Amino acid sequence: MTPQSLDLVGIGKSFDGADVLENIDLAIRPGEFLSLVGASGCGKSTLLRIIAGLETPDRGSVAIGGRDVTEADPSDRNIAMVFQSYALYPHMSVRQNIATPLRMRRLPLAARLPVIGRLVPGLGATRREIASAVEDAAEALQIRPLLDRKPAQLSGGQRQRVALARALVRAPAAFLMDEPLSNLDAKLRAHMREELAGLHRRLGATFVYVTHDQIEAMTMSDRVALMEAGRILQLGTPAELYERPASLSVARFIGTPAMNLLPVEIDGAGRISGLGRDLGLEAPQGKRGPATLGLRPEDLRFVANGSPARILRTEHHGADRYVTLEILDRSAPTLTLRQRADEEPIPGADGTVALGFHAGRAHLFGADGARLVLRARRQVAA
Amino acid sequence: MVAALRRLLPHLLPHLLPHAALALGAGVMLLPFYWMVLTSIRPPAEIFNVSLWPIPESFAGLANYARAASQAPMARFMLNGVIVCAGILVVQVLTAVPAAYALAKLKFPGRRLLLTLVIAALCVPIQALALPLFVGLAKAQLLNTYFAQMAPFFLSVFAIFLFRQSFRSYPDEVIEAARLDGFTEMEICWGLVMRGSLPALAAFSVFSIVAHWNDLYWPMIVVSDTALAPPPLGMLLFSDAESGADYGALMAGAAIVTAPMVLCFLIARRHFIAGITMTGVK
Amino acid sequence: MSVLDLALPSAGVPATRRPRAERRMMRRGLMFAAPAALLLLATYIVPLLVLGGFSLTDYKLGAVSTRFIGLDNFVQAFHDPVFRRALANTVLYAVIVIPCGVGLALGVALLVHGRRRSRPFWEIAYFLPVTATLVAMATVWQFLLHPSLGPVNAAIRALGYAPVSFLATPSLMIPTLAVIGIWQVLGFNMVLFLAGLTGIPKDLHEAARLDGAKNPIDRFLTVTWPMLGPTTMFVVVTTSITAFKVFETVAVLTKGGSGSETLLYALYLEGFEYSETGYAAALTLLFLALILILSIWQTLHLDRKVHY
Repeated sequence: MTPQSLDLVGIGKSFDGADVLENIDLAIRPGEFLSLVGASGCGKSTLLRIIAGLETPDRGSVAIGGRDVTEADPSDRNIAMVFQSYALYPHMSVRQNIATPLRMRRLPLAARLPVIGRLVPGLGATRREIASAVEDAAEALQIRPLLDRKPAQLSGGQRQRVALARALVRAPAAFLMDEPLSNLDAKLRAHMREELAGLHRRLGATFVYVTHDQIEAMTMSDRVALMEAGRILQLGTPAELYERPASLSVARFIGTPAMNLLPVEIDGAGRISGLGRDLGLEAPQGKRGPATLGLRPEDLRFVANGSPARILRTEHHGADRYVTLEILDRSAPTLTLRQRADEEPIPGADGTVALGFHAGRAHLFGADGARLVLRARRQVAA
Repeated sequence: MVAALRRLLPHLLPHLLPHAALALGAGVMLLPFYWMVLTSIRPPAEIFNVSLWPIPESFAGLANYARAASQAPMARFMLNGVIVCAGILVVQVLTAVPAAYALAKLKFPGRRLLLTLVIAALCVPIQALALPLFVGLAKAQLLNTYFAQMAPFFLSVFAIFLFRQSFRSYPDEVIEAARLDGFTEMEICWGLVMRGSLPALAAFSVFSIVAHWNDLYWPMIVVSDTALAPPPLGMLLFSDAESGADYGALMAGAAIVTAPMVLCFLIARRHFIAGITMTGVK
Repeated sequence: MSVLDLALPSAGVPATRRPRAERRMMRRGLMFAAPAALLLLATYIVPLLVLGGFSLTDYKLGAVSTRFIGLDNFVQAFHDPVFRRALANTVLYAVIVIPCGVGLALGVALLVHGRRRSRPFWEIAYFLPVTATLVAMATVWQFLLHPSLGPVNAAIRALGYAPVSFLATPSLMIPTLAVIGIWQVLGFNMVLFLAGLTGIPKDLHEAARLDGAKNPIDRFLTVTWPMLGPTTMFVVVTTSITAFKVFETVAVLTKGGSGSETLLYALYLEGFEYSETGYAAALTLLFLALILILSIWQTLHLDRKVHY
């Protein structure tokens, strides 16, 4: 099956009068790995369920491979979904679980009935095809030894693989995944991330992946759609979201540790002042007023001649070190600085340091939260 | 010796006393069963023997059971009981499971109303409905049929209630996965959700069978034909007809009527206790 | 705006609609619920309405004409010596069965709960009467209590007293039926109490012991009894319902003779033996009112008390 595009146009949905999705337009390209990421309640799961046909939108349309499926039954969309709880059929063996999507599609109802279904003639070849497809899917996910177990006898990671194999076995138009890794422990989650990315490369299929974990979204996806309150805030590659966040909300969500946000003031000439001084940055004309300056932790620097600050705490994260600092004599929020572990912090007199930042990589957001163009007069500002 | 006993007694007493009390009570509880079986194997000549000695002077069990079977159509009563209980149970499950599934997992207009009615109906005993149901069946010329014996029980609101409670805990995601996989709604209902609630089905089956095997009130109202009588009514007719002193045959009859449920209970004790007590309603 | 626009809402047009998929879901729900809903209508709702109708008439099954007589049936019931006697008998029966059936069951449950290896045996012994067909066992009781042939009176004679004819002496009939009622309900209540006892966390007993409740009676009063409160209420209500529905033993043992009618038996006689349908309907409504008070309470607590 060649990978299919998914096109959502003007999707709206409300539950009990509250809008969950507002006018969502999203074109997912064939073979793309797209993540829907956002905090819980942002509407990402509802959007996924609308693609699957498990929910019907109040407004708008869904097309798979150019075919309008807005009104189609979930089973007629040829979509595979991996659920957060894996949703394996508890009474079936792994083999039967994986075979189910094929049995449902290729065998008539009579042949699916328990016991007497076996007696329906003329389906031997089909049954053999199904059996070999199951073996292949199990092989691809390395779960052949588990084929005759029941889901209850499997670990979380193994269930995850069975759910993937069940999705894989019928070569669907697209794979939908609803937080599939959130029930796994941290180590296994990292491992499965790699496997999923690898699976996507091998299959070349369209993946739509819902997660609240930005690391999952950023590490695996071709593109990420960041959602909040039923709207898509930004759609772009992981690098775009990280390096050019379209709004303050995106900037806040993407990146760990989170971006440092400083309240600043733009004067009539576009000069930006914060921390009680001119920061050497310029905003576009006519944007005077309060604004927010965003600084990634890795763009903060200890400099010889900067804002005096005190180190509150240092966290060691292997290769990196996160330093929490407090600007002296200012009511600014505490800042987090990230540096390589082999760099020594610059000790100042009585434990204070001088802090600067990489001006070319600072972000500026207007009072309404929208990104503003920023021009730096100097490379490192203080 | 006495001193030793006096020293031991305070230690033994806490262990012996509960058993002694329980044994005394159990003796009373089991006395009727014992007397029934004992009398059913004693010859009529020993009718004045009131001792509880278990071995009769001459064994007349075969004769008593044969007489019971010849004076009353015992086999027929049992068959009637099996037909009525099976018919009721099958229809109850066939109607209650889809309704419970719809109430637990589907959205449809009138869902709240139906649920409210089901719970309200739980409070209404069959004895309150007997009169209009009887009049209706009489008008339809359906008295003295198996249908009349079964019809009022075709709908078990208790089954709907119980299955709904049980189905609600079935994971929604599995149902959604099944819909994506192309299961029909019927297959989801019976093949997945009901399958996940087999303990509830077992418990309900026991409850239903015991309740209807033992029921006297309704058969007494709609059945006057001996050939259609279920075991309790048959027993009543038998004991009313047996005005003489053939207690041997009477007790043999009682033993025959009681045996199926008692044997089932002894075999599947856990299921039985679960089934009968889960309701609080007998 | 044309009809066509309504029938075919084109994609992307922001108009709220009830999608076909949702309608399909609703249809499925209705189809699944329909058989049960129809049966509910036929075997509960319609009969109850008809019952209410009957109670306001002098309808007799097979009678040629029927008159509307308002509440006369209800007025008559309260003046009817048979009904009043049946009510009094039933209350007496309940007053004996409820405290004894609950109290003894609690005692047995407490004793059985402490046993480990012999517990299954005691459970069987006490639960056996619950499963046994009551009609058949009533016949056995009749024989057991027989004035000359039964072992009970043999024992009484052996102790030097005159034999008692339990089922022919009017003042003893209801108490005798009540004893059989207790015998039947004891095991049932015991199992409910055992479930309640199992639900009491062991920690609580240990905490009470550390707090100085050395005596088992102290522990019973500080932990077990308060924790069994909900179970006890449930058992009391359930036993009450069972007691008010006493029928089988009356039908077999006394046939309501010598003034031993109970509520349900009187109702049976009026409705089905004498075909006084209208009057019996009124009695049924009175019976239903009594049961409803108890069973509404019970149903509201059923949710928490479903045992497996």
